[in-house]
Amino acid sequence: MLSAKNVSKRYGAVQALDGVSLDLSPGEVVALVGDNGAGKSTLVKVISGVVPPDQGAIEQDGRPVRINNPLDAQRLGVSTVHQDLALCENLDVVANLFLGTERRRRSLLRHIHMERTARDLLSSLDVRIPDIRVPVAMLSGGQRQSVAIARALIGEPRVVILDEPTAALGVEQTAQVLGLIRRLRDRGLAVLLISHNLADVQTVGDRTVVLRLGRNAGEFRTAEATPESVVAAITGGTT
Amino acid sequence: MTTIARPLRKPFRPLESVRRTDLGSWPVVGALIVIAVVFGTLNEHFLSAENLTNLALQMAATGTISLGIIMVVLLGEIDLSAGSVSGLCAVVMTILSVRHGWNPILAVAVALVAAALVGLLHGWMFTRLGMPSFVVTLAGLIGWQGLMLYLLGRGGTINLSFDGLLASLSDTWLPPWAGWLLAASIVAVWTGGNLLERRLRRAADLPLSSALWLVFRFVGLAGVLTGAVVVLSADRGVPLLLVIFGSLVVALDLVLRHTVFGRRIYAVGGNAEAARRAGINVNRVRVQAFIAASTLAAFGGILAASRLAAVNQSSGSSDTLLMAIAAAVIGGASLFGGRGRAYAALLGILVIQSITNGMLLLNVDSSVRYMVTAAVLAIAVAIDSLARRGNPR
Repeated sequence: MLSAKNVSKRYGAVQALDGVSLDLSPGEVVALVGDNGAGKSTLVKVISGVVPPDQGAIEQDGRPVRINNPLDAQRLGVSTVHQDLALCENLDVVANLFLGTERRRRSLLRHIHMERTARDLLSSLDVRIPDIRVPVAMLSGGQRQSVAIARALIGEPRVVILDEPTAALGVEQTAQVLGLIRRLRDRGLAVLLISHNLADVQTVGDRTVVLRLGRNAGEFRTAEATPESVVAAITGGTT
Repeated sequence: MTTIARPLRKPFRPLESVRRTDLGSWPVVGALIVIAVVFGTLNEHFLSAENLTNLALQMAATGTISLGIIMVVLLGEIDLSAGSVSGLCAVVMTILSVRHGWNPILAVAVALVAAALVGLLHGWMFTRLGMPSFVVTLAGLIGWQGLMLYLLGRGGTINLSFDGLLASLSDTWLPPWAGWLLAASIVAVWTGGNLLERRLRRAADLPLSSALWLVFRFVGLAGVLTGAVVVLSADRGVPLLLVIFGSLVVALDLVLRHTVFGRRIYAVGGNAEAARRAGINVNRVRVQAFIAASTLAAFGGILAASRLAAVNQSSGSSDTLLMAIAAAVIGGASLFGGRGRAYAALLGILVIQSITNGMLLLNVDSSVRYMVTAAVLAIAVAIDSLARRGNPR
């Protein structure tokens, strides 16, 4: 439904992306892997509107679309969870979920409406937080990551991009977040998962796309791929 | 051996528990009780109706300035110019109404607009020029005081007429029936609001806070208000000045908690980068906070002028500013930004003013008074810092 076609991006002398293509479909988790400097972040920035591509096109449902800034991406239903979660730790879960998109009547906050929506959203994602009215600072890393991901869903997006969602988490919390990613897929969202952790990719990815030195370096059905072949594609060990 | 099955008890660490829990206003309330008991036993005059009424009068001006300080402190910034701005705007108002014979209400309005422009300038220098708020408002502290002295000219003092509207602001007292009516309506509105909220929450199938806690707070509020009206009516009555200050505190608290503007103040104070990414215009919020701070400072200055029935060269002098900042912090507004409520100004100024007042009654030298105030301030900031460090990351 959302696809990038032959996208190139150059930063000065560095060719960060060189004719990269990527397809995202509803109800599918695509894992984007690659070594440092392979162009993963740049591709995410292009899709989420942070930087415009030099060449190439982005299409939605077969029609070319323009994504020049993050707002354009949001309007097209593309929602990004950045690696540093960008939560306000002094605010409670409800306030964080609606940060910048507060439900209001004139300029008065609609506390009850927001809390109801927040509870419904969190329980539909099976995110368990003992008290959603305490400051986010009191939550564990996994709970915060869950809040950040849930926040990406407030605008009813069709595509969710997750940048290294498990990088800072322990084993149990990682399992929580991976479960959450599966539920996003089950809701029919297209999920793009950027990860260094091949174990995570194997667990939740439906399809694995490998970037190497700014180019497509392989694509696997995750179920059929062996870790060795993915590693080989990342490092350039095979063609 | 039944104890084996039980989870291990946590070792008792008082500092640890300060870090874990948000103590809210309880330390301040405790401090107030200690102050009342200590000064009450040392001097029988301290808890007398007359002295408590004086205390209420002394609080209003600096407390209002402190409210403004809270607006910028919530952003994690500081406004050092509040004292000077309060003095400047009081002088502007006095010159317009006394020398030029303007209608006093118009003069107040012009002074407040001038303050808003001052705040706009501060905010502009802070956001557009990228100057630290500390430096911007330090320049303001010096510069606006200079302008005030220039406007005052040689005379150095301008008196307000004692029977004018401005002076009567601080010499008007509610008769007992009006005091009781006011207290009763506050309790009624508060209770109504809470019951309505409970009903709406129940209708939306949201968890309710315990009814016992609601009753507890109801009893607390009704008790405090009853006590205040009884004491104040025993002397001259509830002072209008206190009503004005109290209304400002309540209004600002409602704005901070229930409007989008307030939510964004907390958001920017908590994590400006997160707020920016969420599409909040961070610089606009900052400028608005500086405007609010200067305007409230000016209003405080006008109340001070009304109480003194004059402005002079020491209007809004450095003591005012330091007391206002200390009050905000002692009351529980975090200097790191993002935490604190408007009631911090009320509680903090109550603590500071009680100490000052009590020590003056005891004829303690001002050197000791400063040291005690400093100790209270240091303790308040220490609690704040520990509470912050306790938060995971």
